[in-house]
Amino acid sequence: MTETMDVTGSAIGRPLRRKEDARLLHGQTNWTDNIQLAGTLHMAVLRSPMAHAKIAHIDVSPALERPHVVAAFSAKELGELNGAVPCVWPVTDDIQMPPFHALAVDKVRHVGDCVAVVIANTKYAAADALDAIDVDYEPLPAVIDMEAALKQGSVAVHDAADGSLGTNRCYDFPLKPTGDGSFEAAVKAAGDDAVVVKRRFINQRIIAGFMEPRAVVASPMGMSNEMTVWSATQIPHVLRVLLALVTGLPENTLRIVAPDVGGGFGGKLQLYREEVLAVQIARHLGRTVKWVETRSEDMVSSHHGRDQIQDIQIAATKDGKLIGMKVDLLANMGAYLQIITPGIPLLGMFMFPAIYKMDAYEFSCTGVFTNTTPTDAIRGAGRPEATYAIERIMDELAAELGMDPLKLREMNWIKNTEFPYTTVAGLAYDSGNYEAATERALELFGYDELRAEQEQRRASGDPVQLGLGISTFTEMCGLAPSRTLGALKYVAGGWEHCTIRALPTGKIELITGTSPHGQGHETAWSQIASSILGVPVDDIEVVHGDTGRAPYGMDTYGSRSLAVGGQAIKKAAERLVEKARIIAAHQLECSPDDLDFIQGEFRVKGDPAKAQPLAAVAFEAFTAHNLPDGVEPTLQAEATVDPNDFSYPHGTHLAAMEVDVETGKVKIRKYVAVDDCGVQVNPLIVEGQVHGGLVCGIAQALYEGVEYDSDGNLLTASLADYLIPSAADLPSFITDRTETPSTTNPLGTKGIGEAGAIASTPAIINGIVDALRPMGVTDVKMPATPENVWRAIQAAQGGAQ
Amino acid sequence: MIPVAFDYTKPSTVDEAVQALIAGGEDAKVISGGQSLMPVLRLRMAAPSVLVDVGGIAEMNGVSDDGDHLLIGSNTTHHDVMNNALVKQHAGLLAMTAATVADPQIRHRGTLGGSLAHADPAGDLPTAALALECVMVAQGPKGRREIAAKDFFVDYFTSALESDEVLVAIKVPKMGDGWGYHYEKFNRTAQAWATVGVAAAVKRQNGTITEARVALTNMGPSPIRASSVESALAGASASADAIAAASTSAADGTRPTSDLHATAEFREHLARVLTKRAVAQAAGV
Amino acid sequence: MTSLYEEIPAAPPADVPTRRVTITVNGDRRTLDIEPRLLLSHLIRQGLQLTGTHMGCDTTGCGTCTVLLNGRPVKSCTVLAVQADGREVETVEGLSSAQQLHPLQEGFKQEHGLQCGYCTPGMMMAAKALLERNPNPTEDEVRWALSGNICRCTGYQNIVKAVLWAADKMREQEG
Repeated sequence: MTETMDVTGSAIGRPLRRKEDARLLHGQTNWTDNIQLAGTLHMAVLRSPMAHAKIAHIDVSPALERPHVVAAFSAKELGELNGAVPCVWPVTDDIQMPPFHALAVDKVRHVGDCVAVVIANTKYAAADALDAIDVDYEPLPAVIDMEAALKQGSVAVHDAADGSLGTNRCYDFPLKPTGDGSFEAAVKAAGDDAVVVKRRFINQRIIAGFMEPRAVVASPMGMSNEMTVWSATQIPHVLRVLLALVTGLPENTLRIVAPDVGGGFGGKLQLYREEVLAVQIARHLGRTVKWVETRSEDMVSSHHGRDQIQDIQIAATKDGKLIGMKVDLLANMGAYLQIITPGIPLLGMFMFPAIYKMDAYEFSCTGVFTNTTPTDAIRGAGRPEATYAIERIMDELAAELGMDPLKLREMNWIKNTEFPYTTVAGLAYDSGNYEAATERALELFGYDELRAEQEQRRASGDPVQLGLGISTFTEMCGLAPSRTLGALKYVAGGWEHCTIRALPTGKIELITGTSPHGQGHETAWSQIASSILGVPVDDIEVVHGDTGRAPYGMDTYGSRSLAVGGQAIKKAAERLVEKARIIAAHQLECSPDDLDFIQGEFRVKGDPAKAQPLAAVAFEAFTAHNLPDGVEPTLQAEATVDPNDFSYPHGTHLAAMEVDVETGKVKIRKYVAVDDCGVQVNPLIVEGQVHGGLVCGIAQALYEGVEYDSDGNLLTASLADYLIPSAADLPSFITDRTETPSTTNPLGTKGIGEAGAIASTPAIINGIVDALRPMGVTDVKMPATPENVWRAIQAAQGGAQ
Repeated sequence: MIPVAFDYTKPSTVDEAVQALIAGGEDAKVISGGQSLMPVLRLRMAAPSVLVDVGGIAEMNGVSDDGDHLLIGSNTTHHDVMNNALVKQHAGLLAMTAATVADPQIRHRGTLGGSLAHADPAGDLPTAALALECVMVAQGPKGRREIAAKDFFVDYFTSALESDEVLVAIKVPKMGDGWGYHYEKFNRTAQAWATVGVAAAVKRQNGTITEARVALTNMGPSPIRASSVESALAGASASADAIAAASTSAADGTRPTSDLHATAEFREHLARVLTKRAVAQAAGV
Repeated sequence: MTSLYEEIPAAPPADVPTRRVTITVNGDRRTLDIEPRLLLSHLIRQGLQLTGTHMGCDTTGCGTCTVLLNGRPVKSCTVLAVQADGREVETVEGLSSAQQLHPLQEGFKQEHGLQCGYCTPGMMMAAKALLERNPNPTEDEVRWALSGNICRCTGYQNIVKAVLWAADKMREQEG
């Protein structure tokens, strides 16, 4: 059965097997590290072993004595070429944005900070010569803890002597309604009927953990004056603009290629220092320069994510009606600001009220510098943190009120009949059906039976207790209306581009500005275009990830590719059909209005025998022998779409957690995820995105967490200590979808790439806490390691005594 | 990452290997499957001048029946140990423990001798060897000697082997009739090191435990026997209550560290709980 | 020496001790002079230009470099190339011809067992070793057989289904 061959009917909504797979399954791939150009030089990076120190002395010249070494640079030798890496999201007017050079100048500020590079003929020789570089560090006290960093007198990561403000306070972002909209006023108005629950949640730091390590090849030997840069990146288009700005190379001589990219999860949504270094040194030496990171480097130098201290207050009436919410965040920036570091918590700002109706909402966030690896987007970026807080505290509120946590949610969520609905955070949710998703999830889960079993285990004092975790989440995806981004001080737009060409032989070339790295765009985009052009999916070739072939785009992150890029495909395809219609009408000697376009051909209304397939129109447009007056040769169309709004996927996730109360070890007994991402272009791909997202969120709940010691040494510096779960650690999930089309998106689609990661973390922790609540446990620190669970039990029981 | 450059030699007899180690001096290192050594070399935490690859020494391969014990060549991989019929029949605890080491690829390449000589306090096989009272057969410039497991594991990553000695084989005493066994490994993910592990071997007769051996993984610088548990179990009834009572002293005399994966206090707690579970399994309770 | 591996008959360079090895890769017998410290994965990827074998970590954790060495699954980043002397190596490129998919490759496609595809060759080689020993594994056995391989995209569920799909297909072909 080869489903991709089937051309009847719309290709949208069908679980086609992916076009991408064949190459990947044969190992015939083009990862950046596979690119082996003649005469390539290899770059190795010397990194700081200290979290905070003055570089008292550095001498790279001994490295030059080593065999096969061609060049070596510290900031001094690099001079003018030592470009500063930009941050494009200055969230407030008075944000502190310290310089961030490709190679550290005078000081290092986190373990892994780039200090010097060696360029050699082989990778081995470059690595060997790093040992020869002579560096004297004068250690400075390191500040790792955010609250300590904000204290008066704390060591400043960027001190006044460096030309900075001398404080670790990067920015304060307040969203404080006054008068009746304030949290305090709303609680006061409710008087004695108000119940306020206050919690502090720690959303720990994690790594992206893409399997393909970062890599870059910069070659000045492209066509004409072109500098070609292959990079394992999610953002070739953004990279082109930024590299031009940073290096001063004319943008029109830079070609960026994201070849096969092995996962990103936000971790490759970045302009990295090594990319700047490779380009600058390739330019300086006139040679191709290649750098491939090791996992050890990745752990300290690819950006981390999350890392918030969340002080959350929620208020409700005694019978469970929500009054309002107050959120105060500390967000760890790390040592420097990377591409959108300060903006990540603001993506969460909108999402704390989630699917619930309330009248008051306050938010504040303080960005804090510490001597740690910079943070930035990781799958969900701000929204998982917000969703974790609201879904966790809804359970705590339910416990406080003595209500069933599901009932409490149901009482307060936006009803299906109430859409579109503008939330207290100011977002206009287009559509949703929380009732339907929840009902389906409960059905698949067997909620009542599991509650009965829970009772039984509690009554018998079973050493393995059972808990049920709920997460009724929504998220905003599809970055984004450019005007909205502008209002948030984001220095780029959120549009997306597509060009479609009908080639003379009838084949279709679809050029997209999205840049997939595992998502299956080649298949899904073909399905969208096929459904409009009536051309078989296999006759459509999707071109992406190369600014030489796909010049316009805003790339892939924030579940935007389908939500925004999909609209561009639809519009371009429709425009192409309209141009073809004029040519076809000329060929068929009728008026364009007399033509139907069905299954890839123009048919004369009332005389379907008279027809012209799109391929024939394309050939006519190519020869241009007989085009109607005023119609230009070639058959192509393009569209650049700026979306009207975000879209809001949602769902209900339920987790049954078994907790061994003797050892603290937990096990996922059953996990049900019912997601609603609107219209599904390819349910097979949607399913895969859900699975992957779930594991990302579950991993944060149970296994993963970046740990530093008090001197700023990274303790989780390898995959032996930073524990990414394997197949043996996870169950199979029960998944389903409800389908509530987006009303703001002409395809009716919403994003799905991040949903699982956003929803699952609170479901898991809620399940564990639910299992242990009778023992007095009200929270478990993430990741919920056996020891953290065991300690929560010990502390609760100690408290009870 | 990439190892520092070294020389390499691959002797075909143990004598040649010892000669190569003498010639290589302090910085020479033995390699066989390399599953412990290679990550250390790649992270540049060691920089030997020469690697002596004992993988080609025929004498160090395979399992043979040698009367009251099995003789297992040091080069025998974990995969072969766990699937070997003789090991399963006479030293099931070793087979069961080998099956918990790391992951399939590492078990196909890593060797029993390498794992024991590496003397990682979080290693599983040293604990099983201690519980089974194995004897290590080593050869150095002065010839062969035998080292009891209890004397073999000296400190963190330190065995009793001299730098010019090769671990040739392991003598594994056969467990006779009436013995039950279990290895209880507690780790955070499938391929993670043991937070704590407990190897238990219990001899039962008419509802009574006549002899028990309990050894602990990662409860100090080397694997350690929980001797007070063993004495409490000797002569006790094979019942859940008796086992639970005996297991309360499992952490006595241990010196666990606190690290990323657990504090010493939690490890002590785990040692008690896991000992109870391992002994109960071994005793068929 | 300008590279770490030089095909015979290039003379071994003077400044680095090298060893001559003969390794059969996917049925192709190759003789090379190599530095002893050369990792088998680097020999495969750079020396032999078989870039379907990947590398993802320094600590033998990720499994993306899994190949079969004399039929056994090993992590090729944790084997010295010199230790593969006289042995047979099978990589993903040896699984099938360009026209004919191996049942594992077919299973991964049918069950959507891959997204970015970086872990996939290692997963398939580990799974091949499993199915050779155990042609009819349970879901749990598949999960444990892949416990040395990390995937960050799929959540493993479809990888497990893919291996079970291949097992069914291979039993059918056998039977």
